Amino acid sequence: MNSLSLFPPPGPDGNITLFESNNELVCGTSLGSRQKQGWEPPSLLFPRESLKPHSRPESSSKAAFLDHRDTLWMRSARAWRDSGLSGLLDEIANCTEEEVPRWLTVGCSWTLALLRWVSSFHGSLFPHLTLSSEDMVAEFSQVLDWSDCAVRAFAWHPHTDKFAVSLLDDSIRIYNSKSATAPTLKHRLQRNVAALQWKPLCASALAVACHNCLLVWHVDPTSLSTRPSSGCAQVLSHPGHCPVTSIAWSPNGSLLLSASPVDTAMMVWDVAGESCVPLQRVGGGGVTFLSWSPDGSRVLASTPSALFRVWETRTWTCERWPCLKGRCQTGCWSPDGTRLLFSVQGEMVIYALTFTDAPGEPHGWSGSSKAAAIVADLSETSFSTSQGQVRVGGQVQTMAWDPRGERLAVLLKGDPEAPDRPAMIAVFKTRISPIFELLPCGFVKGESGAEPRLLQFHPHFPNGALLTVVKNPSSQHFTAALQPY
Amino acid sequence: MFNSEQNHWFVRKVIFWRAAASVAWSVLLLPVTTALFAFLSRFSLFHPIQWISESFSLLYGSYVIFSLVLLCGVVLVVGVFNLEYYTVVPSVPCTKIALLGKVLHPQQSVHSLVHSMMGIMVTWCAATMIGGRYWILAAPCSEEEGVTGQKMCLNEYYLFFLLAGAFMGYSYSLLGVVRNMNYVSFQTIQQCKYLRFKGMLPQVVRYSAVQSLYSVRNYCLFYFFFGYIPRAWICTTLNVHEDSSLHRLDTVSGLLDFRLLYHLWLSGTFLLLTWHITLLLFRIFITEAYSFPVQSSFSEDVSQCLPKVLSEKQPLILKFLALQDLFLLSQQSLSRRMEVFSLSQPGGHPHNWNAICKECLSLLSDLSQRLVEYQEVVASNGRARPLSSHSDQRSTSSETLGMRFLLLLELVSGGVPDLQIFIGLKTPSSSPFSSSSVNRFVGNVDPSSPWYGSVQSPHVMRRGPKLWTASTGRLKFAHVKNFLARRVLIMYLFNKLPEASSQALFADSQAHIWALEGLSNLVAASYKEDRFGVVQTMLPSILSTMLLLQEAVDKHFKLPHASSKPVRSTCCLEDSTFKTLRFALRAALKTAMYRITVTFGEHLHSVQMSAEHRKRLQQFMEYKE
Repeated sequence: MNSLSLFPPPGPDGNITLFESNNELVCGTSLGSRQKQGWEPPSLLFPRESLKPHSRPESSSKAAFLDHRDTLWMRSARAWRDSGLSGLLDEIANCTEEEVPRWLTVGCSWTLALLRWVSSFHGSLFPHLTLSSEDMVAEFSQVLDWSDCAVRAFAWHPHTDKFAVSLLDDSIRIYNSKSATAPTLKHRLQRNVAALQWKPLCASALAVACHNCLLVWHVDPTSLSTRPSSGCAQVLSHPGHCPVTSIAWSPNGSLLLSASPVDTAMMVWDVAGESCVPLQRVGGGGVTFLSWSPDGSRVLASTPSALFRVWETRTWTCERWPCLKGRCQTGCWSPDGTRLLFSVQGEMVIYALTFTDAPGEPHGWSGSSKAAAIVADLSETSFSTSQGQVRVGGQVQTMAWDPRGERLAVLLKGDPEAPDRPAMIAVFKTRISPIFELLPCGFVKGESGAEPRLLQFHPHFPNGALLTVVKNPSSQHFTAALQPY
Repeated sequence: MFNSEQNHWFVRKVIFWRAAASVAWSVLLLPVTTALFAFLSRFSLFHPIQWISESFSLLYGSYVIFSLVLLCGVVLVVGVFNLEYYTVVPSVPCTKIALLGKVLHPQQSVHSLVHSMMGIMVTWCAATMIGGRYWILAAPCSEEEGVTGQKMCLNEYYLFFLLAGAFMGYSYSLLGVVRNMNYVSFQTIQQCKYLRFKGMLPQVVRYSAVQSLYSVRNYCLFYFFFGYIPRAWICTTLNVHEDSSLHRLDTVSGLLDFRLLYHLWLSGTFLLLTWHITLLLFRIFITEAYSFPVQSSFSEDVSQCLPKVLSEKQPLILKFLALQDLFLLSQQSLSRRMEVFSLSQPGGHPHNWNAICKECLSLLSDLSQRLVEYQEVVASNGRARPLSSHSDQRSTSSETLGMRFLLLLELVSGGVPDLQIFIGLKTPSSSPFSSSSVNRFVGNVDPSSPWYGSVQSPHVMRRGPKLWTASTGRLKFAHVKNFLARRVLIMYLFNKLPEASSQALFADSQAHIWALEGLSNLVAASYKEDRFGVVQTMLPSILSTMLLLQEAVDKHFKLPHASSKPVRSTCCLEDSTFKTLRFALRAALKTAMYRITVTFGEHLHSVQMSAEHRKRLQQFMEYKE
């Protein structure tokens, strides 16, 4: 088993990791030393000041604008439409004596109290249900400290040099290496974007997990428009399925999965037909994170409680995996779909699950191992550098495995109170065949004061594995580190 | 109805058994729904213990057992009708008149009649189980009339209930036509049958309850206005009297009986629920994936192998299941793909691959041809383009009832030729689907009769005014008035429903989607798995067929109404999958093209193709489509 103590110490302060050469991560002080690679990694800066968070109409401020001289019927109808039964009861319970008889107000307030008691009981079973939907997205997002981050989601296009970034002001920008126009996508329903993913085997479709729906944008790559109209977006929504925190396209591009922490059903969308099939299983209280194996044969679906499921996509049956400590925070698949690495909240280790059957053959679904094995220990380790002691280690926020299965990048949560224990990216060298191996490679270091928030590998970089890191210093900075091997 | 299609080995060996299994399961579920019904029918809020004990004693009663036997018979008949009327390619009526034709068709009338009768039977069972005042048709008259002698009086509640059954049965059948309930769509994912049923059951229960509510509302309105007719008729034929001491039910006060409405709604829900569950189970069983062998070493089984089955035109369900199987094997099964790519033992010919590829390509090129023809008709705005079969079709259709409409339309549109184009278009002899899609449901309506297709074009109506101004001089004033009056109705009946012709064009596109997916998956897999290079020889024609289709589809989406989204139906049973098939086809086509270009990459430059296609392909290779 691997542990962080086997890692080389992180580079000195002020240096940033530039690339990997001869099994070592090379640090440098300036971007100038990158020249010898012959490739300049793009670096984008989103100044935080230019991004105003969306000012949302809160339900509490509504009363200031609504005309209260409406009749009771009008108000009740509106309350019913806006917030359902509890809104209606609340509206009637707060009426004056002249409008409704006393017994009705009392009855309504009693029913309301009963409803709240029942929902608090439900909430005590599944504590995440008591969170507001924005907090829920922040809790289950793959981005470290989502609510504070200017870049809220990021996605490379699977086939071409293009990526989409979702920003704090709920807009999405698309950058293309071959074109100078960077379209900005805005939509009325595009709020609290938790995840982005491009549709595989397609040039234009981008799925966006939003506050109360899923959006699928069709951005014409040849168009010169910088503001595609909201008519280019398909809205996919299902009652009770919000907020959406995770989405996953099937690798062959035919199906889209979506998950919400408040809905126990995972939705399988036929995007062209705008219809969905709910896959419901009891237990867990919702679905938070989805990851489709690259060969398309299995899907990881984690829940807010200490349980995750692995679905096989032939007949859509699932295996239950109860974890001991906490919920499954993140997971990633090896390129051949036989191995799943995942981490559990509350534990500083990486687990591995092996699925031995050849995918695609009949009566093959049974060959998974009986228990997950620990493959790496990420508990806290001290390194002495020229600047003094640096402590590294912690729980895993997110993981990424490069498409060839040779590098694994792990984003470790730091301790916000302790300045000598920052969030850190650890990179492992991996080998899948003939036996699975995980070897230490090094820590990726950014500018001083910059904190990594999200990472992703470029899906088809020709010269190795290209890691993209979203960072968050005082101003937003976005950079990429290159690692040829 | 029992034609050659029913004698096909697949129908005999697979479809019948699947239908039988679905009916068996619905019969097994019947006691559960019946018990639930009996339980809820005795509902009383203030006497819960009495309610529960009464319900349990009711369940053992002989009436319930007898009702169950009767209901089993009803479910059996519903199952037979499901099997007889289902279709995998919906017939989309393009005008109001075509819809009217569908509703009034003899076969549909049989359907409605039988369902009305079964509705009566179900509500009779329901009335017997509820008991009380719904017990019997005629009872001795009460007090003052009883003095004059032993006269029998009509129990109007009983009549009201039975008529409600007939009404609900009829509306079930009618809505079934209007909403294409007989259309069976295939699932996007392969779930096991039990899980699919479990997932759909709550929706079906909710849908039945809501539909029953609407039915009750409509029926009450109907009875309020026309209730006296059946009452008087029953009274005279059975020689019973109306009880004047009781409220009549076709008055407002009579209908505002909450308990009566509750029982009516509950019985309606019970009726619809049993029928809908039968329909749901039928759909689930019939669309289950079937695995055909790719090749067989026994010569008698060759006709049941995938390459042979794919090329058959009838029955359609077989063709669809075969294409679905092709799609699944291309995606999931390495060993079956190897069989497809294998060579025949003596001779070394790739017969399997050739047959599969040829069939898929012919399906796709049929679709592009159909689209091109449609675009030509729309582009030429219906100006005369005589078809070779023009005179034949005219002579056959002259015998039909529709001839009068045809003549009428000749007046309106100024000529038959453009109508004939549409007739020719709707039933191209090369396509296996378009003719049978009509015939499967509507039976033997002459496809050249103007009930179908002929008047679907918008330009028929657009041309109307032009002709009108031209011929004003020749028509007398009386004719004009007469003509105008008729025109309003004609306008209404013959006006094209928006995007319906687009839906009709793509009604069978599920087959094309599977063909595209299956073919592209096989081509992509051949990159690594095809040891003999059998796929390479076909690559140019596969690419050119797909690019041609791409061009035709792109052009089609530029037509008006083609890219507008239809209204999404909220329910599971009203399957509106066929309305969005054209979008699904467009997406599947692009995915298929990208799958091939991503897999082969730069190697595609060495494939022979025309310059125009190469340009198009280059767009795909640069991810600009």
